[in-house]
Amino acid sequence: MTPSVPTPLAARTPPLAEPSAWHEISLTVNGRPVTAQVESRLLLSDFLRDRLGLTGTHVGCEHGVCGACTVLVDDEPVRTCLILAVQCRGTEIRTVEGLAPGDAPLTSVQQAFHECHGMQCGFCTPGFVMTTTALTEQSDRPDGEQVADALSGHLCRCTGYRNIRRAVCRALDERFGE
Amino acid sequence: MKPSSFDYTAPSTVGEAVALLADEEREAKVVAGGQSLIPMLNMRLARPEVLVDITRIPELGRLHVDAEGNLRIGAAVRQARAAADPALRDGWPLLAAAIERIGHPQIRNRGTVCGSLAHHDPAAELPTAALALDARFVITGPRGTRTVTAEDFFVATFSTAVEADELLTEVVFPPLPADHGWAFEELTRRHGDFATVGVAVVLERSPGTGTVRTARVVFSGAAPVPVRLVATENALVGSDAGGQALAAAAGTVLAGLAPSDDIHATAEYRREGAAHLLVRACTTAWERC
Ligand SMILES: Cc1cc2nc3c(=O)[nH]c(=O)nc-3n(C[C@H](O)[C@H](O)[C@H](O)COP(=O)(O)OP(=O)(O)OC[C@H]3O[C@@H](n4cnc5c(N)ncnc54)[C@H](O)[C@@H]3O)c2cc1C
Ligand code: FES
Ligand code: FES
Repeated sequence: MTPSVPTPLAARTPPLAEPSAWHEISLTVNGRPVTAQVESRLLLSDFLRDRLGLTGTHVGCEHGVCGACTVLVDDEPVRTCLILAVQCRGTEIRTVEGLAPGDAPLTSVQQAFHECHGMQCGFCTPGFVMTTTALTEQSDRPDGEQVADALSGHLCRCTGYRNIRRAVCRALDERFGE
Repeated sequence: MKPSSFDYTAPSTVGEAVALLADEEREAKVVAGGQSLIPMLNMRLARPEVLVDITRIPELGRLHVDAEGNLRIGAAVRQARAAADPALRDGWPLLAAAIERIGHPQIRNRGTVCGSLAHHDPAAELPTAALALDARFVITGPRGTRTVTAEDFFVATFSTAVEADELLTEVVFPPLPADHGWAFEELTRRHGDFATVGVAVVLERSPGTGTVRTARVVFSGAAPVPVRLVATENALVGSDAGGQALAAAAGTVLAGLAPSDDIHATAEYRREGAAHLLVRACTTAWERC
């Protein structure tokens, strides 16, 4: 007996509970234009991870507390779990994947986290790296208080923050001089 | 968790936004920065049928000083942008200090000044700063536009004078007297957390005499709305803001504040904390006069 070929399962779009709506959005992600249909309630974090496959943006708490989902929207670090994808029409988004794409060398921020061992499990790392990237892009060097303020927007459950702080200081030294 | 489904719309004028909010068919809610609303949607504590995104309305994106010297902040102005504005930092530094204590830069990059005021968490910084600075609130709805004072704006926890079919379009801060000093102090468990109790103080010095001419003292975290303590202000007016006057003023705080116990602190702890903060804040404010 020849084995029967399984019939493919028909995937379909689930019906939506009313009211809802789909929107066409166009934006730029890591320098590349993206156009997509999104449901109103789709969070930016889920759009990046599930729809674009950019899973470097991590999702921890989904209510804005942990910072793991931080990316740069128009060059500013923000929580992707507290933004709807539809709100991002026309914006420019950078995720951790965009920092050193393909074989490109690591950015100085990534290198500093690597050298200072600013991570253990790495779950919180993309968020820290994106916030630190924004700090290095300011026109003036941020003072100690500003650095503490920015880092306090991220939780790390593994490392204690010493090595993360060292990494951030190293990245800032590199950018602004010691 | 994920939000339940809703419709989303981003009108380009205040008129359109108000029409959407006034639609009786569907329950609509304003979204500005989303930094308080989206966590509530994610946890399904709120289930509006339509979100009206007001951040694409050009006229709400203005922050400026008008001809009478008032600082006017539109509903789409983000906290980070406001706190970085040179005119705001120069003329209303208490406001900049209050904003800088909101969460973290990542939150302030999205959250709006008016959104925090409309949300009205009793532990939030901006409602207290707004009452201390005698702000006025411009509210637009299907019945037209009205202006309310800070005293009338904050009604109860998460409740303000803005009705469900209305929009807070602008908050207006009058100019401050020349010879004034200010301070904003908080008792928090961790940097960036909501405060257990906080105080905003504005002292005006009488030219020449070296005594306090007027005082405004407002506490956060001590009641469902920001609390202005007139007895404390009276204890300060006419004094030299020295040790004895401050001790007397602290006494009025212990007698006048009636916070409640909650999971974060007992009422007694809050009251004592508030009295200590007052002394510290008045000292700083007087040094800045
Ligand atoms: C991790 C974290 C920490 C935080 N820490 C603090 C803190 O220390 N102190 C603090 O004060 N806040 C804190 N917040 C809250 C934050 O400041 C919010 O930005 C702010 O309270 C709401 O502003 P928004 O523009 O994001 O409003 P949204 O979330 O968009 O809206 C909040 C509410 O106000 C209504 N609303 C908004 N704008 C208007 C308007 N113009 N007219 C009528 N209604 C309106 C909405 O319908 C909604 O009900 C924190 C938030 C997070 C996620
Ligand atoms: S997942 Fe967004 S802040 Fe935690
Ligand atoms: S390295 Fe594991 S959470 Fe930060």
